[in-house]
Amino acid sequence: MTPTPTPQAAKPQPQPAAGVTLNAALSSSARPPRPGALAAAKTFGWRGMLKIKHVPEQLIDATLTPVLFLVMFTYLFGGAITGSTGEYLQYILPGVLVQSVLFTSVYSGVALNTDMTKGVVDRFRSLPIWRAAPLVGAVIGDCVRFAIASTIVVLLGFALGFHADGGVAGVLAAMLLVIVFAFALSWVFTTLGLLLRSPSAVMNSGFMALFPLVFLSNTLIEPSTLPSALEAFVNVNPVSSLVTATRGLMGGDASAGDIGLVLAEAAILTAIFAPLTVRLYRAKS
Amino acid sequence: MTSTLAIEATGLVKSFGKTRAVDGVDLAVQRGAVYGVLGPNGAGKTTTIRMLATLLRPDAGSAQVLGHDVVSEAHAVRGLVSLTGQLASVDDDLTGRENLILLGRLLGYPSKQARARADELLAAFGLEEAAGRLVKNFSGGMRRRLDLAASIVVTPQLMFLDEPTTGLDPRSRNQVWDIVRALAGLGTTVLLCTQYLDEADQLADRIAVIDRGKVIAEGTPSSLKASVGGGALRVRLLDPLQRDEAARLLGRALDSEPHLEADPAALTVRIDDPARAADAVAALSGAGLGLAGFSLAQPSLDEVFLALTGHPAEDDDTQEEAA
Ligand SMILES: Nc1ncnc2c1ncn2[C@@H]1O[C@H](COP(=O)(O)OP(=O)(O)OP(=O)(O)O)[C@@H](O)[C@H]1O
Ligand SMILES: [Mg+2]
Repeated sequence: MTPTPTPQAAKPQPQPAAGVTLNAALSSSARPPRPGALAAAKTFGWRGMLKIKHVPEQLIDATLTPVLFLVMFTYLFGGAITGSTGEYLQYILPGVLVQSVLFTSVYSGVALNTDMTKGVVDRFRSLPIWRAAPLVGAVIGDCVRFAIASTIVVLLGFALGFHADGGVAGVLAAMLLVIVFAFALSWVFTTLGLLLRSPSAVMNSGFMALFPLVFLSNTLIEPSTLPSALEAFVNVNPVSSLVTATRGLMGGDASAGDIGLVLAEAAILTAIFAPLTVRLYRAKS
Repeated sequence: MTSTLAIEATGLVKSFGKTRAVDGVDLAVQRGAVYGVLGPNGAGKTTTIRMLATLLRPDAGSAQVLGHDVVSEAHAVRGLVSLTGQLASVDDDLTGRENLILLGRLLGYPSKQARARADELLAAFGLEEAAGRLVKNFSGGMRRRLDLAASIVVTPQLMFLDEPTTGLDPRSRNQVWDIVRALAGLGTTVLLCTQYLDEADQLADRIAVIDRGKVIAEGTPSSLKASVGGGALRVRLLDPLQRDEAARLLGRALDSEPHLEADPAALTVRIDDPARAADAVAALSGAGLGLAGFSLAQPSLDEVFLALTGHPAEDDDTQEEAA
């Protein structure tokens, strides 16, 4: 309301919000039929993949460590532990694959926790869609992440001289089994993601929980070489059963029992933690 | 009865621990209206909007939005409304275009139509150039426009807007206002939360003033302003020595005691009727006093609060919202 004309008023400005196009855009949106639950989840899966594309750092972080491990263990300790680097690579590759994908699954919880602090979740929750769609979609998207992480480890293994007696089919089946298990484990971390305060708290506690499970397993060492108390833990550790089955599939001598055990563990984890995540998410305000 | 109301809330209550964020709010919003909810930080605006948008369950009271109960028929409400939250409700890690496509898909458009709709909205909101950029690199104004675009991927019957211009520069603010007006022009009901009386005055048909979780006044912007007074005329003279003379003339023309500012050439007078301000300024020129400038200021939220409650608007929480 100052009588002095403002300098900007003189020069023409781009008027993005101006009349015609805006009104056209506003009135040209007939409501399409609502998407089904699965279509909505799939769309959130797509969102997850876009995030891998735009923020690849997380995937790189989580895969870099096992890759370093693989190289380091093979060349530094391989000779000392089994007498030959090639033989040790043969032993640890399936374990490193498991380790790498399981660590990646912690990020499901980190991502959900990050999302919850942002305004975008309010928008998702105000949409007429299946309420669990963002969660289910995100975890499906994460499976793509797991697939990428496992591919990297397997390719590196081959480059270092790994040979799979189970053939291509065996390797693919092993990767698939690891992904299924990581999918189930993701629900544990999404639960954690909704219970803890900050993304870094989720990451720290997730890794803290995984470290003993991953290292006190048959990933890197033969359990029989361990003191008996440790050996007992290693033998009941679900990560050990996953590594055993993975090793079996890659080596072409998997037992149905090992695979069945892993699938049962995955089913139990999912049955407990997926509904728990959904419930916590819905209660969150 | 309910059918003419877009929002009908009675006795809404929501507490967080010991804080009664919303403490018995009643609202009645006509269909097609722009309704302003005006209040300072921590008044309970966001909490009210979140209850109406089905994101938060009221502890007590009830609300109908477009004829549907926000608790028992939440899904039906979600199908008719859209929300632009206080923290921009867009995904930082996606591009502007991807954000709109995502929303289009979630609302049921097939892929190709979702893309077409996204492009149409990007053009209408002046975001074509930024379309491929990640939203975290957007300016505050672009972000808000994208947020609004995301809210109208499908034209809602009712739109919740939570402080859409806080932190924006005047030009971006005007763009947002234009969008709200266009939306209202096409019949969408808008519930607008704001801290600015000016904004509510510009956009709203009716305003509810809320303070500490309660509605303390309700009415049209003009009735509200009338209860507060018309604002103030600020005059700045070319010659500070003429200020006393100016004060005398303005005081007589406006029947009000002028306030001498720290700036030795400036003074302010409260006015009831803006039309008389013109006469007062003319009186100064007529008396041969040279003016460096003058302006008419709206009563601020502070003045509204002072007039309505007898205490100034207090910040319950001192934290600043990120722009
Ligand atoms: N999730 C929450 N947990 C605890 N307290 C909350 C929560 N949300 C809001 N509050 C409190 O409730 C009160 C009202 O908050 P609300 O966000 O509704 O205010 P507002 O009017 O939107 O304020 P602003 O202008 O700052 O956005 C404040 O005291 C706030 O601290
Ligand atoms: Mg708020």
